[in-house]
Amino acid sequence: MKLTINEQVHELNAPDEMPILWALRDVLGMTGTKFGCGKSLCGACTVMLDGNPIRSCVTPVKAAENKSITTIEAISEQKTGQAIQNAWIENNVPQCGYCQSGQIVSATALLNANPQPNDEDINNAMSGNICRCGTYNRIRDAIKQAANKLEADHEG
Amino acid sequence: MKDKIANISRRNFVKGFALSGLVLAVGLPGLSTAAEAKQYGRDGMPHGWVDNPLVFVSIAEDGTVTIVAHRSEMGQGVRTSLPMVVADEMEADWAQVKVVQAYGDEEKFGNQDTDGSRSVRHFFMPMRNVGAAARMMLETAAAALWSVPVSEVKAMNHKVVHEASGRSVGFGELAQSASKLPVPERESLIYKDASDFRYIGKSDMKLADGEVIATGQTEYGMDIRLENMVYAVVAHPPAYGDTLASYDDKETLNVPGVIKTLTLPSSAPPAVFNPLGGVVVVAENTWAAIQGREKLKIEWKAGPNSDYESAAFREKMQTSANQKGGKVLRQLGDSYQVLEDAEATISADYYIPHLAQAPMEPPVATAYFKGDSCELWAPTQAPQASRDTVAKWLELKPEQVKVNVTLLGGGFGRKSKPDFLVEAALTSKALGGKPVKLVWTREDDIQHSYFHTVSYEHLQAAFDENGKTQAWLHRTVAPSIASTFDASSVHQMPIEIGMGVVNIPFSIPNIQLENPAAENHTRIGWFRSVSNIPHAFAVQSFISEMAHQQNRDHKALLLELIGDDREIDPRMLRDEWNYGESPEQYPLNTGRLRRVIEHVTETANWGKSLPEGQGQGLAAHYSFVTYVAAVVEVKVSDDGEVSVPKVDISVDCGPQVNPERIRSQVEGACIMGISLAMLGEISFKDGVAVQNNFDGYQVSRMNEAPAEINVHLMPANSYDDPLGGVGEPGMPPIAPALCNAIFAATKKRIRNLPIRYQLEA
Repeated sequence: MKLTINEQVHELNAPDEMPILWALRDVLGMTGTKFGCGKSLCGACTVMLDGNPIRSCVTPVKAAENKSITTIEAISEQKTGQAIQNAWIENNVPQCGYCQSGQIVSATALLNANPQPNDEDINNAMSGNICRCGTYNRIRDAIKQAANKLEADHEG
Repeated sequence: MKDKIANISRRNFVKGFALSGLVLAVGLPGLSTAAEAKQYGRDGMPHGWVDNPLVFVSIAEDGTVTIVAHRSEMGQGVRTSLPMVVADEMEADWAQVKVVQAYGDEEKFGNQDTDGSRSVRHFFMPMRNVGAAARMMLETAAAALWSVPVSEVKAMNHKVVHEASGRSVGFGELAQSASKLPVPERESLIYKDASDFRYIGKSDMKLADGEVIATGQTEYGMDIRLENMVYAVVAHPPAYGDTLASYDDKETLNVPGVIKTLTLPSSAPPAVFNPLGGVVVVAENTWAAIQGREKLKIEWKAGPNSDYESAAFREKMQTSANQKGGKVLRQLGDSYQVLEDAEATISADYYIPHLAQAPMEPPVATAYFKGDSCELWAPTQAPQASRDTVAKWLELKPEQVKVNVTLLGGGFGRKSKPDFLVEAALTSKALGGKPVKLVWTREDDIQHSYFHTVSYEHLQAAFDENGKTQAWLHRTVAPSIASTFDASSVHQMPIEIGMGVVNIPFSIPNIQLENPAAENHTRIGWFRSVSNIPHAFAVQSFISEMAHQQNRDHKALLLELIGDDREIDPRMLRDEWNYGESPEQYPLNTGRLRRVIEHVTETANWGKSLPEGQGQGLAAHYSFVTYVAAVVEVKVSDDGEVSVPKVDISVDCGPQVNPERIRSQVEGACIMGISLAMLGEISFKDGVAVQNNFDGYQVSRMNEAPAEINVHLMPANSYDDPLGGVGEPGMPPIAPALCNAIFAATKKRIRNLPIRYQLEA
């Protein structure tokens, strides 16, 4: 099977039903995408499939055939992704950091769809991503900062 | 991780200070002074502390300063906070500092047991020593280079300068010559003046790992990959104490990618850090291993806890808590008599179920058994205990076991227990020395934690005709962490009763504190802030209830109970533990507790009028030698939905080394406190944890987080003041403050956690 990940085509020797998460991590060695629950409950494994955030722990590789997967490793190639990452660093968002790959991918997808989200939009888009350390308030602030930065750049 | 450590050793030996030899004396005052004197603080910890710059610092010729972080990073920011102390004191430029993680070796690095909110509290001073000694060695080397008196040169921002001649030389150029100098005696160290600090106490420090985390380049325990590595998961016995009777792996072996199965020995109680036993499925990838585990047909032999049932156990605890007697922890006057005679009394019971730490990275370990040695990579809070425990199980000497500490995807106490490292090591050995990554799924993590205890607290108070509190009675019932190490233990240990049962600083003439027995039926362990959770919840809720009954302002009553500003010797409160700190250096200071209460109530505008369905709640708690008070504001909708518009938290943790990380820890503790109060529950049926993933064991999500968390740090007089803990003390006041706020908003009193659906009409 051929999988397009971060705009590179990978030849994958794995069963059709293997979740994308384990194909990325164990077969292809891309460990930026994290395992948290295995049941689409925590969002640590979030990647983009054709630009939409999905939980890679329950999505079989077969579903990604002829589609494009984007992971944390390449999120900086999107303008929004880079702005989100910069805001994360600027605000010292992470504590342990384990959930943050998923948070960043979800936040990037949010800004791609909604460049100026309000608190409710942010809560709705981000509530699938658990952070046990409790960095939610900083995540909210960082998303807003990134949104404002992108808007300022756009206007400028 | 393997490569990183190897590189560092090389640099140490080839380029760094280590040229002068690594075997200089290390600071182990705990061993060098009289054995009979009780040791406190960092001196009292296993293997004490080390402040040898040759152990912690190396400088490459390009000027890169490498600083060893010897405590485990699990989100508290220790890889930033301690190395930056070294960097500041040695005048290194933080931008040219590289932080590397120590492997487990306490004789070399000092105590590495990362829990108890101790890392900065215990190692601020040793790390200042490291930095000061390194700086003085660099200055001596520069003075020799220019043949000028050392008093004429000064280290400044990664260079040593000779102002008189305008000369300067970079740290990198001095590394070789400085490394050949003797390490200055501890007594001769000259410290920077606090006004010259560049990083210590500054609020704009960037995380050592911020960039790699944001770009997904970090290496957690879950991310370790070795050549020829296989993957494994374990089918653990369902109830604690169950054992394997038989199993059939025929279907398992048919799963593509599954290599084989093997068994792990189960161990008799006490649990200690021993593996639970069960069947291991080894596969070419984690997913195949998980699939293979699902196909196992296993017969378990029921053990002594297979009928553990939470509702029944709760009734048992309730009975004990409401009976006179039990082990008396402290007695002042005659509470029983006063309660009997008093005109006004009040009584209430509080219950908190078991909790699981549930760090986002479940337990995981990679082991490579090589016959006469074993190397491991794991997210462990206890590198030395991991090393010792693995060595015991492999029948090796600790020095034959190397434990590489990865980043931890959260810990909260779970990763202090190295049972999962032992599983990985035994599996690698059983595979004849193949490297194996043994992964706990979320189900394993939530069902086989070392759980936070289950607790039942009974409180009574009596008032005189003027409303003054005359008697206090508290019976605390909870299986003890001690039972994890001694199966016969039924009473709480000094460390548990010293978390807010005996060390309540209240000026009440009659006090009776009792601890009826409670046996354990599962592995009990420590969870962030430990027994402070139930004790603070009960005590701080009860004072709010007392205030309501007496028609008093909660804050006014709380301050009245605390009484005059004074320093209490914890031993006078029968607190023999005092978080391991010296009772002289760390008395319980009621003035500091009063100040955080006054500060937070003032900032939060305590007593302000709020619309119907909204309310404020207050709680204050002393833990980990830090003083914290919180005001939580809630909004409860008509259908009982709780939201939190605002939380104010005032913290007096003494001197602040990295205020930015202190804030983040308190913010996180606030959310974890709300999480456990609103949702946290592990319950048992037939000895098995009912919840097994984040659907059953719910934790707060972003929509449940407070809209606003304001952390207020109380200034300290000087960096010579004793430091308080930071990682844990933010949590205990949150649940009671939240429930007190809910009462203010709704007149509904929550005495049983979690709140969950209790407010629904």
